[in-house]
Amino acid sequence: MSDVARTTEIAAVDSPSSVKPRRKARSSKPMIERYRWYEILGLYAGIALFLFFVLAPFIEGFLVSLKPLSQLFSTPYSFIPRNGSFDAYFTMWSTVEGLGRYIFNSLFISAVVTLAVIVIVVPAAYAFARFSFAGAGAMLGGFLAVNMFSGAVLLIPLYRLLRSFGLLNSYWAMIVPGIAFLIPSSIWLLRTYMLRIPRELDEAAWVDGASRLYTLRRIILPLAMPGIVVVAIMTFIGAYAQQFIFALTFNSRQEFMPLPVGLFAFFGRQEVLWNELMAASFAGILPVMVVIVFLQRYLVAGLTAGAIKQ
Amino acid sequence: MTSTRGATLFALALLAPALIYILSIVAYPLVDTVILSFTNAALRPDYDFVGWANYQRIFGAGNFTEVIIRTFIWTFFSVSIKMIIGMAGAVLLNAAIPGQAVFRILTMPPWIVPMAIGIFMWGWMYNGQFGMISGLLQNFGILSRPFPFLAYGNSAFWATIVTDVWIGVPMVTIYFLASMQSIPRDLYEAAWTDGAGRFYRFRRITLPLMVPAILTMSLLSLISTFNSFDIIWILTQGGPSNQTTTMIIDTYKTAIGSYRYGEGAARAVVICIFVSLFCIVYFRAVRRLQQGEAK
Repeated sequence: MSDVARTTEIAAVDSPSSVKPRRKARSSKPMIERYRWYEILGLYAGIALFLFFVLAPFIEGFLVSLKPLSQLFSTPYSFIPRNGSFDAYFTMWSTVEGLGRYIFNSLFISAVVTLAVIVIVVPAAYAFARFSFAGAGAMLGGFLAVNMFSGAVLLIPLYRLLRSFGLLNSYWAMIVPGIAFLIPSSIWLLRTYMLRIPRELDEAAWVDGASRLYTLRRIILPLAMPGIVVVAIMTFIGAYAQQFIFALTFNSRQEFMPLPVGLFAFFGRQEVLWNELMAASFAGILPVMVVIVFLQRYLVAGLTAGAIKQ
Repeated sequence: MTSTRGATLFALALLAPALIYILSIVAYPLVDTVILSFTNAALRPDYDFVGWANYQRIFGAGNFTEVIIRTFIWTFFSVSIKMIIGMAGAVLLNAAIPGQAVFRILTMPPWIVPMAIGIFMWGWMYNGQFGMISGLLQNFGILSRPFPFLAYGNSAFWATIVTDVWIGVPMVTIYFLASMQSIPRDLYEAAWTDGAGRFYRFRRITLPLMVPAILTMSLLSLISTFNSFDIIWILTQGGPSNQTTTMIIDTYKTAIGSYRYGEGAARAVVICIFVSLFCIVYFRAVRRLQQGEAK
């Protein structure tokens, strides 16, 4: 805004006659949020540039999946597909051997991991949210410290551990370590949520003679359900997104491979059918995209609550 | 109901599954890594303790220091670029303009989609003959010939950084955005009434109040970048000629690739020591910040 406009605006603030000077203008928006046309242009240009960086691989991947192989391997480069078609989405099921199986494995592993994490995390989060006992703070910190060490650092002992239990080359080889690295953040997230449930409810139940377990089951669980749903979604997405290093190292049987590792193996072939690889990738992304679109509201709550409230 | 013995026992019973799980799947392997680092463990089931031999070997060979330095340079650039782009993204997405909600959703995919799949797409984009980056740069006349980004050490180094930034930026952006929105509006309105411009308000209100958020995100990014495995393994497997071999890749190659468990464990222990140092520095900084606020 120009200096003149600002001066009048400030004058208006000082003058007792106008009560809400900032809302006086044409638009219903407060002045502070109004932009000049070139500012709006700059903002949109900036956002376009930012989103292009974020989405470029998906745009390119999608366009590649539409291009026939002959055009893919032709020069000069053309960004937009000529005679694009969705053929790759149909042929991939037979070319990428075991694609359906990979997608099933990915979903199956994530589902089992999510279920196990919820079963382990709900009582733990309740314990941290409600009871004060010696070492509670240290334990909570200890759980957080798990995130410091990536699975890659622990691969050797984990490999030996899984081998001694005979779990290598099975679903468990990916599920067991997968659970461990999703527990800590889930405890923190759910604990934050449970802290918001009034403590008086527990005490009232206690006075009425309810046992502690009954209180947890009948009072806390129903109230915490929205929080548990958020944690479950976050865990599922996390479990689905991180299927690589454990699956690569602890499992060599094709029938148990999750999608990323299955496609990585397909990558290594002498002749990569890129359009079908990209189409297959999109088929694997689809379940998560559905989650984003439908559960976007919960997602943002989940992503930010855990982070900010600490 | 408060802090009776029964309550403590009940709490511990509730915690037991999580505690036992983490102790056996994370804590025990961590201890085992340290123990193994003093042995000559390999594929065969039995092994002997060899004292500091593994550490002497890895630090004596010379290329390990090279790997450490490379890892720090890689991490430094990746984390700094993530912070800068994340902050720019948060400012842009914070602007009250139509489409805001959609733009925020569109920011999330790299974070939420399976990491490996996003990296496959980058692998194609970096392709010299047919990839988008080389192709578009040629169309714009910046490149005269196809350039395979992953084929040369230097460009592969930067290509893996760009992909790591791409994966990290959504989380940083959304976190910064949330923290930006928790700053009281009154501050901005007061500053605006006093005639403070947009840039001035950002520098004097937004940035100082976001120091804790920036610190936290820097640490989280630092840890995840330092431990980054998938990106480099899928794009280059540490090549060409080890120019993208970071400490994690180096550990993986030693332990899983060559079955030298003892030596790999020693390399893993060095990683753990660095990560612990980062955390100590972070907690120091947070404490100093809190003390500053208290004064």
